[in-house]
Amino acid sequence: MGFADFKLFKIRGGVHPAENKHATAGHPITPVPLADRLFIPLQQHIGAPAEPIVKRGDKVCKGQLLANSQGMISAPVHAPTSGTVIAIGKYPAPHPSGLPVRTIIIEPDGNECWADVTLPYSDPLTLDPDEIATRVAAAGIVGMGGATFPSAVKLNLRKRYKLQQLVINAAECEPYLTCDDQLMREHASEIMQGIAIMMHALQVPEAIVAIEANKPKAIKAMREAARHLSAIKVVSVPVQYPMGSEKHLVQTLTGKETPARALTADIGIVVHNVATAHAVQQCLYHGRPLIDRVVTVTGGAVKNPGNYLTPIGTPVSMLFEIAGGFNEEPSRIIGGGPMMGQPLPDTKVPIVKGSGGILALTAQETAQKTAMPCIRCGSCVTACPCGLLPLEMANRARANDLDGSVKFGLMDCIACGSCAYVCPSHIPLVQYFNFAKGALAEKQRAQHKQEEIRRLTEFRNQRMEAQKQAKRKAMAKRKAEMAAKKAREAEEKSAEAGA
Amino acid sequence: MIEAIFIITLLGMSLGLLLGAASSFFAVEGNPLEAEIEAMLPGSQCGQCGYPGCSPAAAAIANGQADITLCPPGGRSLAQQLAEKLGVSADLSGMEDKEPMIAKIREDLCIGCTKCFKRCPTDAIVGGPKMIHAVISDACTGCEKCFDVCPTECIGMHPLPKTLQNWYWPKPAIAA
Amino acid sequence: MSASPISGPYTHENSSIRKTMLWVMLALTPATAFGIYQFGLPALWLFVITIAACLLAEAASLYVAGKPIKAYLSDGSAILTGWLLAMTLPPWAPWWIGVVGALLAIVVGKQVFGGIGQNLFNPAMVARVALLISFPLEMTTWNAPHPLFSAGTPNLLDSLRITFDLQTHYDAMSSATILGHVKTELSRGIGLSQIFADSFNPLKLGIGSVSGSLGETSAVLIFAGGLLLLFTRIISWHIPFSMLFAIALLASVFNLIDPERYPPAMYHLLSGATFLGVFFIATDLVTSPVTKAGQLVFGLMCGALVFVIRTWAGYPEGMAFAVMLMNGVTPMIDHYIRPRIYGRTRKGDPISYDEPAEAKND
Repeated sequence: MGFADFKLFKIRGGVHPAENKHATAGHPITPVPLADRLFIPLQQHIGAPAEPIVKRGDKVCKGQLLANSQGMISAPVHAPTSGTVIAIGKYPAPHPSGLPVRTIIIEPDGNECWADVTLPYSDPLTLDPDEIATRVAAAGIVGMGGATFPSAVKLNLRKRYKLQQLVINAAECEPYLTCDDQLMREHASEIMQGIAIMMHALQVPEAIVAIEANKPKAIKAMREAARHLSAIKVVSVPVQYPMGSEKHLVQTLTGKETPARALTADIGIVVHNVATAHAVQQCLYHGRPLIDRVVTVTGGAVKNPGNYLTPIGTPVSMLFEIAGGFNEEPSRIIGGGPMMGQPLPDTKVPIVKGSGGILALTAQETAQKTAMPCIRCGSCVTACPCGLLPLEMANRARANDLDGSVKFGLMDCIACGSCAYVCPSHIPLVQYFNFAKGALAEKQRAQHKQEEIRRLTEFRNQRMEAQKQAKRKAMAKRKAEMAAKKAREAEEKSAEAGA
Repeated sequence: MIEAIFIITLLGMSLGLLLGAASSFFAVEGNPLEAEIEAMLPGSQCGQCGYPGCSPAAAAIANGQADITLCPPGGRSLAQQLAEKLGVSADLSGMEDKEPMIAKIREDLCIGCTKCFKRCPTDAIVGGPKMIHAVISDACTGCEKCFDVCPTECIGMHPLPKTLQNWYWPKPAIAA
Repeated sequence: MSASPISGPYTHENSSIRKTMLWVMLALTPATAFGIYQFGLPALWLFVITIAACLLAEAASLYVAGKPIKAYLSDGSAILTGWLLAMTLPPWAPWWIGVVGALLAIVVGKQVFGGIGQNLFNPAMVARVALLISFPLEMTTWNAPHPLFSAGTPNLLDSLRITFDLQTHYDAMSSATILGHVKTELSRGIGLSQIFADSFNPLKLGIGSVSGSLGETSAVLIFAGGLLLLFTRIISWHIPFSMLFAIALLASVFNLIDPERYPPAMYHLLSGATFLGVFFIATDLVTSPVTKAGQLVFGLMCGALVFVIRTWAGYPEGMAFAVMLMNGVTPMIDHYIRPRIYGRTRKGDPISYDEPAEAKND
């Protein structure tokens, strides 16, 4: 168990934003009542959107499969409660663009009657690892730290990589968020069970739970729960943003850097969020699919901030209502933490699988000022945990020199926001990088399309050529036939005349 | 002073002659550039550039008669590639406003005359005689050939819709 | 939702350009106050005129460039440029030196390049060097200290006359700085032991009761200001330390070789603009490298240049030239010295942890 003597390594750069977790730390997880309507997007994960198997008017039970995953990188979607499907169509996504996403809208009937979740086994640890991954996939479990990568795909990495360790990411380095903290305080033993299942699925001999040092109660609870589990170590890591970045967390724990453009699995480690571990336990021990999650609702503008157990699909407005409403008009409404969170276009958007926090921030808290020109102070270079030159990347992006931006390391940027946090000129550096990445992707799509168009045009030209050839051949054949016929007729005539 | 004038004049004349001889000795025959440029153009022979096809357009670009921003389906990315190839700086400011357009057929007005799909250079229109036609937007280059011939004017050109898959953050507005 | 969304992060460190400038001004205040005390009212007028001219020049340039005047003027960078420039001028220089210097610094040294953050050279140094070369007489006319409230200090009217270049009986009272004096005497072949016997007093040099430019003379107060900047993390230790190290190292080495011709390290460190340059001028954010390693290289080379120019070149004070030369090299330093990217080797390839092909068996 030796947690006291676990050797830690330093990560470069990083910042120390004010934690602001006091408002919700220790607030017990409070269940949120059902909203009038639940809006369940078919895309809450990285990969292909799920395809609905229900239609308008269907009655569904809690936990029932609503939509199937499509392809290797995808996840199914389940009903968070029992009720009627009243619509399947476009609804605003919890995305800064405000663009719509295909959504299933359910009207709860209030009965909360479960679909059949009986399990054909008693101990998940006796299952085959493949079976565990299949069940995790079928439960729609995705990375609940916000990345929403389908967890089953990560569990199957043992097939392609030599794995040595499972790291459970309980750093929760973003300010304001306390959902993982509270989950650990209240459900430590269940999380441990989930970790054990994951270790079995990955076939690794040991697991490390990394918790930032600003969560002493969570660390204590988890160590208590891991007391008799020699293969699971609970380690306290230094409070430093972005400790929760999996690449940097692995570096802190092992001193090894994940090679560029590669996965942590390349160095033998798979990282899962602690809430994902809990979801895995709920799935394998109780048959529950992923239909709710703990969400921290906080911010200076919220009256009663807290940690709320929310059914997937609950509108954000309902959460703010439950949290007592606003005590002043918020300047920003953010999904996630203040460093990497995304602005929500509206409060009618729903909570999805990756929503760890909903913030209503006042203008004072966001401290956003008008951007001034770059003074080349180098604070961003010092702060960058990836060793990049943010000022140069942003300069190139501003000049639309995308390749130049890439040369300075754009594709290695994790968009943590440390650089923009320290910039004395308040330059929106992360927006420049996101713009550049998006423009590059668009360029690649355009190039791909051009290649396809060339291929299609050539194909069409060939087809037209072939048609022409066929026509000519047919014409020639007919001409020949006509000529032969004429010749025959002429012969007959002369034969008649001669007779 | 006379000597100085004489020497400098002589120097200038001899260097000039040397340069002239070099330019004829080392002149480049032909223009392999043309073929390379033609390979870069879309090849759909849509004619929007004003030349009767991609080969004449490539020849014009290689000779410097045509501007590198001449190809609307190629867009900015093509203009940038051509700029790199020719080693000129690209003035892409004029290209900014034209978004890639996709043809869309209004099915209630379509009479199934087949005029459009016969002209489409990438076979992006599907349909048969007396059947409703539809455009496969992934294959559409926005060349507008179908748009020009449709007798019922049921084809409209629309910009590519922004979806969650192709949206990205705009560049921040420059402060002051 | 037609308006563009506002990007995160939605929290920020308590920093801004103005705060940085204000801290630097605070760090300069003790030395400036002492300098004004030492040299009397003319120094105060010159100081005020230089800063005022800088502000006006900046406002005019911003107006011509069509930028918002209030936002850019209030970030304090023009004031700081004027302040630093005034610190390097002879304290009793006429008013037009301050004005021309301000115009050179702000318009030629900064705005012409594109405004704040775009200049290649330190604006105050651009002005100082241009003034030095164009008006060598006025820029090398030093005078002995005439502390405020002392008997010899000019009164209000006289001080105005001095600054506005009118005849006063103070004209004839010029005196050389220690650097100038040493250089002149050395060139006459007199050994250092003799020169220093009657004029090198480290204590006086350190405290600043010697002649020199306004604000450059009190090494102790400048050093204290520099420590304040280090403590508040406005500047990092890399440039000051490497510059001082280079100067001290070279000075000590040459002093060992020939003590009669090469003054010791302490002399170099305490006299002239060493501390001012090391803490306030070379560390200018815009014109120094952005990486820590680059800053070390910058500091080392700058310190070496200061020593070289002071010892062997035509001017007694090498700081301004050294800084400007290194400012020109900064883009190259920034180009070649970059941090190693996470997950990649120094060359830029992804790192690999492949095991060696065969294990050694013994």
